[in-house]
Amino acid sequence: MAQTMSGARILMECLQREGVEVIFGYPGGVTLPLYDAMYEGQIRHILVRHEENACFMASGYARSTGKVGVACATSGPGATNLTTGLVDCMMDSIPVVALTGQVSSKLIGSDAFQEADTFGITRSATKHNYLVKDIKELASVIHEAFYIASTGRPGPVLVDITKDVLQGQAHYTPVHAIHLPGYKLVTEGHAGQIRRAAQMMWEASRPYVYAGGGIISSGAHEELRELVETLDAPAVLTLMGLGALPADHPNFISMPGMHGSYAANMGMYECDLLIALGVRFDDRVTGRLASFAPHAKVIHVDIDPAEIGKNRAADLPIVGDAKKVLGRLVKALKESAPEMRGLREKERREWWDQIRAWKEEHPLKPVFSVDEIKPQHLMVELDRLCNGNAIVSVDVGQHQMWAAQFIRFNKPRTWLSSSGLGSMGFGLPAAIGAQVAHPEALVVALVGDGGFQMSIPESSTIANQGLPVKTIIMNNGYLGMVRQWQDLFYQNRLSAVQIEAFPNIEKLADAYGIKGRIVEKPSELRSALEDAFRHPGPVLVDVRVSPFENVYPMVPAGAAINEMVLAPPKPVEVPA
Amino acid sequence: MLMTISLLMENKPGALMRVTGLLSQRGYNIESLTVGRTLDPTLSRMTICVDVEPRLRPLLIKQMNRLVNVLQAHDLTEAPAVIREMVLLRIRVSLENRTAILKEAEIFGARVVDSSVDGFALEASGDPEKLEEFVAVMQTYGDIEVTRSGLVAVSLEPRKLKLAPPIPKGHSESEPVHTR
Repeated sequence: MAQTMSGARILMECLQREGVEVIFGYPGGVTLPLYDAMYEGQIRHILVRHEENACFMASGYARSTGKVGVACATSGPGATNLTTGLVDCMMDSIPVVALTGQVSSKLIGSDAFQEADTFGITRSATKHNYLVKDIKELASVIHEAFYIASTGRPGPVLVDITKDVLQGQAHYTPVHAIHLPGYKLVTEGHAGQIRRAAQMMWEASRPYVYAGGGIISSGAHEELRELVETLDAPAVLTLMGLGALPADHPNFISMPGMHGSYAANMGMYECDLLIALGVRFDDRVTGRLASFAPHAKVIHVDIDPAEIGKNRAADLPIVGDAKKVLGRLVKALKESAPEMRGLREKERREWWDQIRAWKEEHPLKPVFSVDEIKPQHLMVELDRLCNGNAIVSVDVGQHQMWAAQFIRFNKPRTWLSSSGLGSMGFGLPAAIGAQVAHPEALVVALVGDGGFQMSIPESSTIANQGLPVKTIIMNNGYLGMVRQWQDLFYQNRLSAVQIEAFPNIEKLADAYGIKGRIVEKPSELRSALEDAFRHPGPVLVDVRVSPFENVYPMVPAGAAINEMVLAPPKPVEVPA
Repeated sequence: MLMTISLLMENKPGALMRVTGLLSQRGYNIESLTVGRTLDPTLSRMTICVDVEPRLRPLLIKQMNRLVNVLQAHDLTEAPAVIREMVLLRIRVSLENRTAILKEAEIFGARVVDSSVDGFALEASGDPEKLEEFVAVMQTYGDIEVTRSGLVAVSLEPRKLKLAPPIPKGHSESEPVHTR
């Protein structure tokens, strides 16, 4: 027999049925009934210090686990603060359900206190969103939200719930089925297309695998490895895809694109078959589209039909889930006739020789100095300490690119990066979300001095929750990536990029009651990082690095991918 | 270039906003938009006329189909379809011109829906281009005021409507969760 429950209790019941373990949130006026229902504590709640970070934490949780992250905020400013995080999840296809309170149905449209048109504002920030004004709809909407967020191409879903729905009483019966007639998922992949793709792969002389975030969200990393090995093709991974293939894998080249390696980009340019898997031909990868992979036929596998042909026409499109499609592709490749498999043996050998030559010609080479800590030096040390096993959450800018170049990721879901939207202030809260999901794991928040100051308040959350996040600040005193562009493209007219009055990290950490350290000398770097990583609790480390280092290689905006600037145009001045 | 889109969607609050939002966020200008209930009251049929670069048309259709509330979106720009529009036109007219106007109206198949000493209110429907001519002709007779309905279209191709089946609850437990 159905029992009467408050809307808030129904919501909590649905969240439990969805297997929600943790909510990242911030309470407010209209969510009081919800927080009252949370009082019993069946689901853990992490009190954040700013709602934007609640969404980033839910994102870090989702990115590191593959489960749906949940963020919660009140109406008005709470909901608008969530929005950046939602767009971030949208751009990177991260499954997050955001719950927001709304003023009572009767007050909607009256400019009530803390009223905002959350439903309208978040329309384009979400995969789908809901406004619940009728308690009878609540349960099915919550289940729909989780289903939409986690299936197909994942994404954020927001549910805006009025206060009278949270407070009201209704009979609750568990939802047995949800109806979304317009939400059609194509997951299987067309059998004929898969067969043709396998044939194209054997026929190609210079095949090249270009894989991305879709591999990770579909859990297709094993299938990707098998595909790459069966075909013995070189593979690059996008910023979203790092970890989809072990960095130590012999077929892995590196990241392509604006700050990709010479070999990765030359391979893109010269290949005759581009095997694009769960990628969206982002402008940061392709450079000038007209000269991107100009000699290549393109096989494009993606679960979202709207991605096929969006930026680059596909010669052979396959719409489907990467795990299923790649599994079948591997099978088709292995079942091909032996004469098929040996078709281009000679050309393939030459192709690998060429790629090795490119790698040797211009390897990604870190820079070291005895006088100052080079940012690349920091990355090399972090790489050594993490050894492919830590979860590294980065912010946005130069440190993010150097980290992508020099830190190896051997497992999926260990590299967390705001890649599409590029939201500064992401790194630290995302690390918190990941640490909450993996209490035993080594979680590193690698951030710049700019981004860190956008998320400083969450140091309090770290201290409060006793989360052993290792926050490493690559401090160059500048908004480095903007400074780099001003240097290269605006005659070094440095406008509003110097961050002065950076707080003393040792004192700041002390104020939060956590461990802090400033590292200035290259000779101290290794031991300082080792100390930090050995420390059982949270740590803030301020690593002072050379201020004027630029990230290379660089494909200038609008240039073709093979037109890389490999080194500074003028020698970097070395202090006497 | 003007594109005609026919769209079948769930009759739900916000569904219209999602469709128009998709167009406005790309800076496309909507020339006309009509929406009405279908035989099934839970669904609406929308006809949109919008200025879109021809090479972007297929992408736009795919992005509309991606909307959760949209059951089916079609590009009717070059497909076999009947496209119609209605015009309501008020014209102030001097006594000597009244007969001429009625003659012209007849040529265009327009009906008189109101007649007064000041003039007429006329109703015409048909091919949008023909209606343009009708309005242009009427303009030569005096001051006019025009309200156009926007395009309504029906595809002449048989199209199978594929719908997603109901999803049994408990999906999240049966779906594999990918952990590290």
